[in-house]
Amino acid sequence: MEFVDTLINILNSTIRVSVPLLLACLAGLYSERAGIFDIGLEGKMLAGAFAGAAAAAVYGSAWIGLGMAVLVSVALALVHGFASITHRGNQIVSGVAINFIAAGSTIILGQAWFNQGGRTPSLPPEGRFGSNTLPFAEELRGVPVIGQIYSGLLSGHSLLAYAAFLAVPFTWWVLFRTRFGLRLRAVGENPAAVDTAGISVTWLRYRAVICTGILTGLAGSYMSLSQNAGFVKDMSAGRGFIALAALIFAKWRPVPAMFACLLFGFLDAMAIRYQGIALPMIGKIPVQFMQALPYVLTVILLAGFIGKAIPPRAGGVPYVKER
Amino acid sequence: MSNPYAKLPAWADYGLIPLINLLVAFFVAGLVVLLVGENPFHAAVILVDGAFGSGQGIAYTLYYATNFIFTGLAVAVAFHCGLFNIGGEGQAYIAGLGVALVALTFDSVLPWWLTFPLAVLGAAAFGALWALIPAYLQAKRGSHIVITTIMFNFIAASIMVYMLVDVLKPRGSMAPQTRQLLEGAQLPKLGWILSEFGLTVRPSAPLNLTFLLALLMAFLVWVLIWRTKLGYEIRTMGFSPKAARYAGISEARIIIITMMISGALAGMMALNPIMGDQYRLSLDFVAGAGFVGIAVALMGRSHPVGIVPAAILFGMLYQGGAELAFEMPNISRDMIVIIQGLVILFAGALEHMFRPWVQAVFASFSPRSVGMNQPKGERA
Repeated sequence: MEFVDTLINILNSTIRVSVPLLLACLAGLYSERAGIFDIGLEGKMLAGAFAGAAAAAVYGSAWIGLGMAVLVSVALALVHGFASITHRGNQIVSGVAINFIAAGSTIILGQAWFNQGGRTPSLPPEGRFGSNTLPFAEELRGVPVIGQIYSGLLSGHSLLAYAAFLAVPFTWWVLFRTRFGLRLRAVGENPAAVDTAGISVTWLRYRAVICTGILTGLAGSYMSLSQNAGFVKDMSAGRGFIALAALIFAKWRPVPAMFACLLFGFLDAMAIRYQGIALPMIGKIPVQFMQALPYVLTVILLAGFIGKAIPPRAGGVPYVKER
Repeated sequence: MSNPYAKLPAWADYGLIPLINLLVAFFVAGLVVLLVGENPFHAAVILVDGAFGSGQGIAYTLYYATNFIFTGLAVAVAFHCGLFNIGGEGQAYIAGLGVALVALTFDSVLPWWLTFPLAVLGAAAFGALWALIPAYLQAKRGSHIVITTIMFNFIAASIMVYMLVDVLKPRGSMAPQTRQLLEGAQLPKLGWILSEFGLTVRPSAPLNLTFLLALLMAFLVWVLIWRTKLGYEIRTMGFSPKAARYAGISEARIIIITMMISGALAGMMALNPIMGDQYRLSLDFVAGAGFVGIAVALMGRSHPVGIVPAAILFGMLYQGGAELAFEMPNISRDMIVIIQGLVILFAGALEHMFRPWVQAVFASFSPRSVGMNQPKGERA
């Protein structure tokens, strides 16, 4: 029984650390499927986390915080769109710029507004998305395995966590079962064809970028309004890049994206739990090895040693209408 | 693909437009200062005074600039080949290991002028090797260099934490750093040159010999890119990979060589703090210099003549920013990160934003100067 408890514990923390990854990963999915590379996920998450925590601290409401996070994150996404769609700038350069602007301004503004060394004030319960207990979770706690999974693993997460996992089938439906999704995928593969069909490439790509902004805003809010009670500087700590890695790992598909995020989350949870503990046969694994593993796996995948990750064909290429 | 941008006189292309972009970036940064509740003009005065107002300030400014010349050159060389090396940070970090290994081995045996060349080789070799793997993967397996170099930054950080905490840390010490380097691995300071001009520089000012190495490298990069066959091949490759292939240039070979040069240049940055100032390898000594290199290269239009002043400008921001943080506690050094981001945005991603306006102005004065031609621009 102890083994099941430990396992459920690890899986539970896996879910918790996977949520921001998953939201950011789906965010990247919309943009990259539309042919706009986005390495600014990290910056948008961070800005969203800060805006959410700041608004929630001032107004004392988690929902206002969430709204503000989405607003700021969408604004940054539009800057990326403005640079890479309207002005046909280099998408990588633009993403790098957004990461820096977010990293710097969250600290500067946080310090100027709250005077707590770049933190926002600790949020009261009503300023956060607390854990939700699913129906009958308490009653079923005693039932072996099934009850334990239900009440220990599935129940007790915040609203945003459930939203993140619901966003996976939703994204799949949008991309593969709606007209918008079909066009979005088409514009990432062959924008000229979409243009010939009389559909605006610019507007379509802008909508994709806005979707990215909304989801990174949610990812940021999860970090500062749910996982933690407030904003701490640099709290995204490279998660935007892990999400990017997961997106490549999933070959730009929603359901595999979820599993990739869970896998990377699992590695993270294991690294936190087993730091410095010697394993039988292998000996002591340095924590740093576990932390580097997602990146190493992504590099190996990109190199084509485990299947081949082929990005959307028009990704990274600005569209120039023929004249 | 038809290019929508018309030709401008060279001075407008290389002088006016970058200047406008830079001014807009600083204007937006000024707005942030205003938002924080300080006077941007007053802040600018403190910043410039802190960086250039005293001999000590100039020595620090040039010390920081040394780092950025190396990383800026690294990014620029890759740009010329059409590659975007975001991995300067990781390459410099790993190169620190190369420098430390050489320095720790020889500092008690050799004088500094023998340790130094060996350490340069160590830095260049480790930096180049860390760039080799992403380059190989790009050249042979088609994985995107931007993503692999980002991943390699994180992997480098993990490796260095492991090396410093578990391997290189002296027994009984708590701080994750190597032992203090002895005199045989301490580079001479250059503060005395500033003293010759009547400025007061304390002996502790960190400006050191590496600065001259950086200037030498800037010159060598110019020679390499514009005066050698290899440089010609690199530029051809960056301009049009298809044309390069027709000309019989091996794509894989050029990508790998360019990235190794880029990594070696980024790696040499490690010499400056380790052998020139701190005399030890410590955690996170690169402190974002690899990323500043991106802004520096974009601002300097990937030309050494532009990169050196751009690096000095960022050196000024670093040094003056530290002074500014004393005077205006609300504006910490993180302000530089914002400026860096804005420079990358306006001088990089939005570099053509003001072009149509400038063109309109030129066209109204002399329509003949605005014909159709390909502008030169960096691509990733």
